[in-house]
Amino acid sequence: MDRGHYKIFLGMAAGVGKTYRMLQEGHAEAAAGKDVAIGYLEPHKRQETSDQARGLEVVPRRSVAHREVEVEEMDLPGVLSRRPDLALIDELAHSNPPGLEHGKRFEDIADVLAAGIDVFSTVNVQHLESLNDRVAELTGVRVRETVPDSVLGTADEVVLIDLTPEALVARLRAGKIYPGENIQAALDNFFRIENLAALREVSLRQVAEEVESKRLTLHVPEPLGTREERVAAEVPRAVGERLLALVRPQPSSQRLVRRAWRSAQRLGTDLDLLWVKPPGKPIEGDVERQVTALRQLASVLGATLLIEEHDDLVAAVARVVRERGSTYLMVGESLPRRGLGRLREPLPQRLMKATPAGVDVRIVAHRGGREEDG
Amino acid sequence: MIEHFLVGFALLLGLSGGYLIASTRWRGKRSEQPQQVHQILLPFTGTEISRRALDAALRLAKAEQATLMPAYLAAVPKQLPLECAIPAEAAKAMPMLEAIEQRATGQGVPVDARVERGRSYRHALSRLLDHESFDRVVVSATSTGAAGFSGDDLVWLLDKAPAEVLILRPGPEDHRVLTA
Repeated sequence: MDRGHYKIFLGMAAGVGKTYRMLQEGHAEAAAGKDVAIGYLEPHKRQETSDQARGLEVVPRRSVAHREVEVEEMDLPGVLSRRPDLALIDELAHSNPPGLEHGKRFEDIADVLAAGIDVFSTVNVQHLESLNDRVAELTGVRVRETVPDSVLGTADEVVLIDLTPEALVARLRAGKIYPGENIQAALDNFFRIENLAALREVSLRQVAEEVESKRLTLHVPEPLGTREERVAAEVPRAVGERLLALVRPQPSSQRLVRRAWRSAQRLGTDLDLLWVKPPGKPIEGDVERQVTALRQLASVLGATLLIEEHDDLVAAVARVVRERGSTYLMVGESLPRRGLGRLREPLPQRLMKATPAGVDVRIVAHRGGREEDG
Repeated sequence: MIEHFLVGFALLLGLSGGYLIASTRWRGKRSEQPQQVHQILLPFTGTEISRRALDAALRLAKAEQATLMPAYLAAVPKQLPLECAIPAEAAKAMPMLEAIEQRATGQGVPVDARVERGRSYRHALSRLLDHESFDRVVVSATSTGAAGFSGDDLVWLLDKAPAEVLILRPGPEDHRVLTA
C-alpha cells in the first residue's frame, strides 16, 4: 500500500491562519471529488475557523480520562476505520495523554499515512526541536510540546503561512485570535512586533532550508570516478551562502571570527570556523587555551569549529569547502613575504584556484601587527 | 716582575669577587620584585562599559606590558541550556569587544577577549575564574550598578578571585561610557 501524501502548514505563531488555510484546501479537495474528513480540529473558539469547517465531515473525538479530567482527543482507530481519502489533523506537535496508541500526534499521523490516507496538518515553528532554544531566546517563551525536525522532512509539502507582524497584531487586536480579556497580555508578551519579526524570519528560513534539502535529495548526481570528483559533484549547490573562516589558535583570530559572524548574520547563513593544524603538533599550553577560547566563542555564536590535521593548508581548505558547501571564505591578512616566499603565489590566490568556482575569498585586515601566512 | 704579577692577580681576584657579590645582590633584589603581570581581566555586561575602568585597565596593561582580557558576561535564561548559542547576547557582545579592541590596539595593548555564559553575571564570572588565568581584575563600582555588578558581587569577587582585584570607586566621570 502506498503511503499517503503529507502536507504540513507551518506558521510563525498562533493566529496566522494555518488551520483556516488547511480547511480551505480541504474544501477545495472535497470539491474536486475527494473524500475529506476532519480527524481533529482545534478551532480555539475562533469564529472564522469554525465557519470554515462547516460542510466537512468530522470524525468524532474520543474522551480520555487524564488526571481526573475528561479530555477529548483524536480518535486514531476511528480515523483509520473511517478511511477517508484525505484526513485533516490539526496541531501535529500535540502530546497525547498516557494510555493512547502514541505519545505524540505526529506519530498518530504516521499511522494514518501508512494506511494510505493523505493528511493535511499544522504546526508552529517554535515546536520544532532544533529551533526551540533559539525561539525561546528570541521571545522569552518556551513551548513544551516539541517535535523532531525530521517530521518536517517526512512531509511531501510544507506550506508556510506567512503574515506580516503588523497584520498579525491587527488580527489580535480585532479579537480574531484570543478573546478580549487576553489580548493586552498577549500584546505585552509573545505578540510583540520584534518577537513576531524574529519568528517570521526563523519560519521563512526553515522553509527555505526545507526546500533546499528536498531539491538536493531529488537531484542526486550519478557517482563519478575519483573521490574528489564524487565530493565535488555532491557539493550542495546552495541557494543561500555558507561562510567558512580560517582561524588559528591566536587571540587575533577572534576579530576574524567576529567579522565572519557579522557577515553570516547579514546573509542569514551558517558559519564554520576551520583551523588546519600542522600534523603531529600536540594541542597543549597556550595553543590549548586558545583552542578552548575559540571553541567557546563558536558555541556562543552558534558556529561550528572544525579542526583538520593536514600539512597542506590549501588542500585541506579546498576539501572542507567542498564538503561543507561553503560559498564564502574569509581569511586573515598574511605576513609580507620575504626571500623565496616572494616567488610563491599569495594564499588568497592559491585558495581561489583550489576551491570550486564561485567561492568568494575575503581578506580581513589585521588590526594590530601582521600575521604569518598559513 | 713577580710583584707586578701579584698585584695584577690581586686586582683580578678583587674584581671577580666584586662582580660575584654584586650579581648575587642583584639576583636577590630581582627575586624580591613583584611577579610580572601577564593578563588583566576586564569583565563587563550589557552594551556599555565604564570608560574609567577601561582606561585604567589599558593604562595598567600598557605599563606592565600585559594582555587585556575583556570578558563579556552573558546571563543565560534558566529555560535554555547553559551551553546553547546565544545570538541575541552575541549581537551585544561582539560590537563591544570590537570597540574595546580598537581602543586597546590604538594604545598598543594586545587583547585576548572572552565571552562567558552563566545563569547570572556572578555565575558567568565564577566560570571564567575557574578556567582562565589572569593576574589582575579591573572592575568599576558604579553608584548605579549599571555595570552589572552589585556590591555583593564585588565582595564575592574580592573573596574568590585568585588575583589582585582593582575596584574603581564611583567617580564623576562615570557617565562616560564606551559603547559599540
